[in-house]
Amino acid sequence: MTTLAPDHKPTFASVPLSERFAAALPVLLVPILVVLGFLAIGNPSSWLTLTVSGLAMGMMIFVMASGLTLVFGLMDVINFGHGAFISVGAFVGVSTLFGLSHWAGAPSLTLNLIAILLAVLAAMAVTGLLGWAFERIIVKPVYGAHLKQILVTVGGLIVIEQMIHVIWGPEEIFLTRPEMLKGSITFWGAALEKYRLLAVAIGLILFVAMRLTFRRTKIGLIVRAGVENGEMVEALGYRLRIVFVGVFVAGSALAGLGGVMWGLYQEVITAGMGEEMMILVFIVVIIGGLGSVEGAFIGALLVGLLQNYIAFLEPKLALVSNIGLMTAILMWRPQGMMPVVKAK
Amino acid sequence: MLKTLLSNDTPRSKVLTIVVLIIFLGLALAPFLFPGVRSLDTAARIAIFIVLAASYDLLLGYTGVVSFAHTMFFGMGAYGVGLASLHMGRGFGAILVGSLAGAALAAAFAFLIALFSLRVRAIFFAMITLAVASAVAVLVSQLSWLTGGEDGFTFKIPRELGPANRLGEVAGVKINGKLLNYYLIFTCSLALFLLMLRVVNSPFGRVLQAIRENDFRAEAIGYRVVWYRTVATCLSAAVAALAGSLFALWLRYVGPDTTLSFSIMLDLLLMVVIGGMGTIWGAAVGATLLVLAQTYLQDLMGSAASATEFLPLLSRLLDPDRWLLWLGVLFILSVYFFPTGIVGRLRGDK
Repeated sequence: MTTLAPDHKPTFASVPLSERFAAALPVLLVPILVVLGFLAIGNPSSWLTLTVSGLAMGMMIFVMASGLTLVFGLMDVINFGHGAFISVGAFVGVSTLFGLSHWAGAPSLTLNLIAILLAVLAAMAVTGLLGWAFERIIVKPVYGAHLKQILVTVGGLIVIEQMIHVIWGPEEIFLTRPEMLKGSITFWGAALEKYRLLAVAIGLILFVAMRLTFRRTKIGLIVRAGVENGEMVEALGYRLRIVFVGVFVAGSALAGLGGVMWGLYQEVITAGMGEEMMILVFIVVIIGGLGSVEGAFIGALLVGLLQNYIAFLEPKLALVSNIGLMTAILMWRPQGMMPVVKAK
Repeated sequence: MLKTLLSNDTPRSKVLTIVVLIIFLGLALAPFLFPGVRSLDTAARIAIFIVLAASYDLLLGYTGVVSFAHTMFFGMGAYGVGLASLHMGRGFGAILVGSLAGAALAAAFAFLIALFSLRVRAIFFAMITLAVASAVAVLVSQLSWLTGGEDGFTFKIPRELGPANRLGEVAGVKINGKLLNYYLIFTCSLALFLLMLRVVNSPFGRVLQAIRENDFRAEAIGYRVVWYRTVATCLSAAVAALAGSLFALWLRYVGPDTTLSFSIMLDLLLMVVIGGMGTIWGAAVGATLLVLAQTYLQDLMGSAASATEFLPLLSRLLDPDRWLLWLGVLFILSVYFFPTGIVGRLRGDK
């Protein structure tokens, strides 16, 4: 009897438990940090307050960072001008809120939320449009050249920031949150600011929505495949350029959303805020692994939580806590926590 | 002799030779050609920023690595001299110790950052330097017991270098300690500039250029890319720190605004890009142009802004505070259209 297949017994090596555990380890870092924070602080109510504010901060940073990391993963473009969208988003959003002050000032949660929603939509529309123009004018001519990309996008950052000064004036703008989002609620003896809870909710919804988009839709599949092997996706007939522009615009709009959220959180906006946030965003993107959305999410939560815990425990160390975190993570995993595997 | 001094890297263009000669003579004879406090100050700034831009060009132009921490190294040198003079008392010993300590600290920092980022991806370096530099800038403004915080601090330099040290008159110009200080800075800057020229034209510099063009191939030939990049980073950081020491010596003051601010970093990027990346001469031309423009053009913008007051938007755009806007536009345009900068154009490179 002849067999067509050569005689062999294929064995599929199962992934050992330790390797599976290593892959999941970054996910465990957040709960570990939360538990460590609890042990170090000792007082449950302050711990809860700090955890919520750390999560809120982390979510906002994640919203800003997600676009940047995807743009890098997909097209190998590093956009130092991303911070400009944060500032522009904050200014547009806050101006809209000022325009809707009778809704934002009314003691009704529905009207307040509608005002915030409109402000966010306005900010996202403007920053999305700006992102499209930015991609066209600034980024497109320098594909594939990292050095020029860095230089040119820094130039774009300066120009946009200065235009904010020209349009809105050089002074910082103070604002107050909408009426029903002021103050805090008490929960198990811990004071939780209402706005922070809202920020956590928005961040979580966004993360889940993004994950579903990436895992369950066709466009998400194309983006993920494009990150891993762009040439192959193009060979299959998808125009990755267009997908990339779409991701760039979406990322810019998300940066604008992050800007509005951050402006409402700080209750003051300046043209330089985007530049300041960019430092945290870069740290998050690096420790998460360039190109990885999940990594950026975990990184953002770690940065937010750690900064809040350390600021409470040892205020002087808070300044360097992020650098310390980055150093530690890069020593552990030089490519970041969840590096994107490039099929090249 | 001259060729040896310039490490065989002559300007290679008639116009550029003339420009470089004008810069050199202008700086060498500045006190006599342009008497006045302000012009002497401008000349000293030009000399120091030429060194700083040249050291940055070693990274950006020759190694192809973007760093945003160069002002941090500059500041380390400046604070080194300032703190040493403050705590050791005025004297040349304090200045020497301060400069050397600053340079050593800068090189050590650069080494650490480079090891962390360059070993993975060169692009990490830009982001990590940005993060570290901003953390250090915040730290300096917070640790006011050591650094004087936002205000910085003034310190005393040796009496021989102060304006009170009068030595007579030459050609109608009073020779005093301030002039000596200028010439001290000028000589040190010239020496450092020639050193940078030497470095980039050495075999080491060639390897750096090879890495810039194709790091993969350089590695394949057998050069350890990471080590070359790391050494270039350390060297550039140390020279930047020495430039910072000179700057502190000239100002007799150190503070975050004059040494660490992000706007100086941007100026530096502009100097190197406009002058011409990958040529040390470009750093000289770019630094001279930018410092001159900053000192004298801003006045011009002020008058332009007041002249166009009837057009509110234009007037706002021309406001001297919006200086950076125009620099930004210029920066983008020069990266697109003059990637080799002024020197590249003059030399007729593509």
